[in-house]
Amino acid sequence: MSIHVTHRESWLALVWTHLQKDLRIEWRSWQAVTSMLFYALLVVVLFSIAFDPTLEVSRQIAGGVLCVATMFASVSLLNQAWARETRHQVIDALRMTPADGAALFFAKVLTNFFFVCIVQVVLGPVFFIFYNLHPLGDTWLLAIVIPLGTWALVANGTFFAAMSLRCKSRDLLLPLILFPIFLPALLAMVLSVKTILTGDGSDPHLLWIKMLAGYDIIFMTVSLLLFDTVLQAE
Amino acid sequence: MTQNAPKPAVKELNSEPAPQARVEQVSRLFGAFAALRQISVTLQPGKCYVLLGENGAGKSTLLRILAGLLAPTSGTVRLFGDLTPIEARERVGYMSHAPMLYDELTGVENLTYFARLYQGRECLSPEEALRQVNLDPALERTLGQYSQGMRQRASLARVLLSQPELLLLDEPFSNMDVESAHQMVALLARFRTGNRTIVLTTHQRELAAPIADWVLTLRAGRVASLEEGSPSL
Repeated sequence: MSIHVTHRESWLALVWTHLQKDLRIEWRSWQAVTSMLFYALLVVVLFSIAFDPTLEVSRQIAGGVLCVATMFASVSLLNQAWARETRHQVIDALRMTPADGAALFFAKVLTNFFFVCIVQVVLGPVFFIFYNLHPLGDTWLLAIVIPLGTWALVANGTFFAAMSLRCKSRDLLLPLILFPIFLPALLAMVLSVKTILTGDGSDPHLLWIKMLAGYDIIFMTVSLLLFDTVLQAE
Repeated sequence: MTQNAPKPAVKELNSEPAPQARVEQVSRLFGAFAALRQISVTLQPGKCYVLLGENGAGKSTLLRILAGLLAPTSGTVRLFGDLTPIEARERVGYMSHAPMLYDELTGVENLTYFARLYQGRECLSPEEALRQVNLDPALERTLGQYSQGMRQRASLARVLLSQPELLLLDEPFSNMDVESAHQMVALLARFRTGNRTIVLTTHQRELAAPIADWVLTLRAGRVASLEEGSPSL
């Protein structure tokens, strides 16, 4: 038993080591968060001006706009998720260490999730103001749905970004692989946000939330198991 | 070091202690291009091997195969007895042309990060590793603000951190002034005395001469010559 505890503690210490490094680097550059925030704000503002929606229409489309803004903004982050590791061949130095690759992946997902959450926290009030939103459903459920959907996007994106690391046209490849696989989670996220905003009791939003949670658990488990193979690929 | 030619060197070295690395009939293809063609070499502990050759001769490919970063297309590689390069990785230090460090972190931050990844292995302290390569651990500049020579030394410090038994250095003297290169050679000479093996590639043969026990020249992926060096350090 004590061996398992020690292993788990050392694994968590590894995750913390990677996490600290990524946060420190971002703190010094603010590249990822700034570019994402700019892009997401642009989408939200442009859509609100272009459609000039009524209150009811706002409730109908707001979920989709929020998810699309988050998704496209995140792609710029995810495309760069491993850029610092590929520059100067840092990834080879990481491959040479005995550290578990899954810890590196988990830390990278946590970091990216944190960055996207920062953008969403800034984006949220702007979104509600521009779309003049007054949710009719249980607003608190947004605090479950949006993080679950974001985690699905970030976990998948980080994994596939690592997979496409050695491809020449990786910037193009990532959305092509990511979007079809992320589609079930995106649908669940958009529909549950719409249900929460419109207060439509006939929609099974709890089912969507369960589906999101299941999707996250399955994909995260598979990614953690496979990541070392991806990292060690030539 | 043994190889497929010339024979006198093979005979002389066959009586030496158990090898640190054995490369047998290794070839590596990149598409239709053969970077290595059936190379066989044996590396003995406590020796320094200098790999010479033109660009594209296969020097870097051989180092990457020894480091376990690249698999041979055919042939076998065994390190420290019967370990595959991947199994032996944590006992091997590999330094590439690139610094393999983060531009946004200072020298100490970079090395502290890598030291933590070697859990369970006795490592030098980041400060000690930096001092060994004549870098000031108190330097607050990030690696991106280092000169090329300083980056090379920081990269070497990263490799020394885990106290590897086999040190693979790909052009360690590039971008380095002569004095710094001589300091690095002196450091490598000290490293070799601990029965550790060094394999380094360079285009500046004269710089590596003081520590070269053996000089191996590659040409078009084959061993062109093997000469015994005359190390003075």
